[in-house]
Amino acid sequence: MADMILDAKGLNCPLPILRAKKALKELPSGGTLEVQATDPGAVKDFEAFCRTTGNELVEHHMDGNTYVFLIRHTG
Amino acid sequence: MLDDQNAKSMSIIVTKGTLDWAYPPFILATTAAAMGLEVTMFFTFYGLHLLKKDLNLKVSTLGNPGMEMPMGGMHMAMPNIMAALPGASALTTNMMKNLIKKKGVASIQELRDLAIEADVNMIACQMTMDLFEIKREDMIDGPSVGGAASWVEVATKSDINLYI
Repeated sequence: MADMILDAKGLNCPLPILRAKKALKELPSGGTLEVQATDPGAVKDFEAFCRTTGNELVEHHMDGNTYVFLIRHTG
Repeated sequence: MLDDQNAKSMSIIVTKGTLDWAYPPFILATTAAAMGLEVTMFFTFYGLHLLKKDLNLKVSTLGNPGMEMPMGGMHMAMPNIMAALPGASALTTNMMKNLIKKKGVASIQELRDLAIEADVNMIACQMTMDLFEIKREDMIDGPSVGGAASWVEVATKSDINLYI
């Protein structure tokens, strides 16, 4: 279970990333954030976001029509 | 934290003042800021309108055959002869705004607020203000006022420089 859950369903680029960034800021280092999104572009974007910012994309999967990302705030 | 120490930077020259063309600079600026980049936006010519307190942005399909919008299950491009008629721009703008809402796309106002919140550095072009008689008080608080040299200084130090 993630420390925080962000519902970004129905939002389009770049809002899921912007909301996730805001949520990560509130998490302590090592904390985990679950992002739920329906934007198909989010998969590639969250991979790039995590690579660039140094946060860890622990895993992602699909739950029905929803993309679920687990991100650990690292650094 | 690592994500606050990413020293990369990006500058964007914003030259267009229509609803559709307001998106690329604000999407890229907010996203880059979220990814830890230092971002500077230089608003010049029609792009300066994006800094106005009262955002009244419109789209025009005139001379833009690439612009097709979903309509009644199809995608329609408006012929120039119709796009030139009075009210065509207002109609297209309304359609675009409805689409924006329906598709979960942020409004320009929202993206601009997010850019300010993310400490995006904004520069309003002094020459354009003089040329189009746009007063400082017509624009939102925050942006500094400067000229080409202000952008050049930023650009020489930036990893990414874009002109939109």
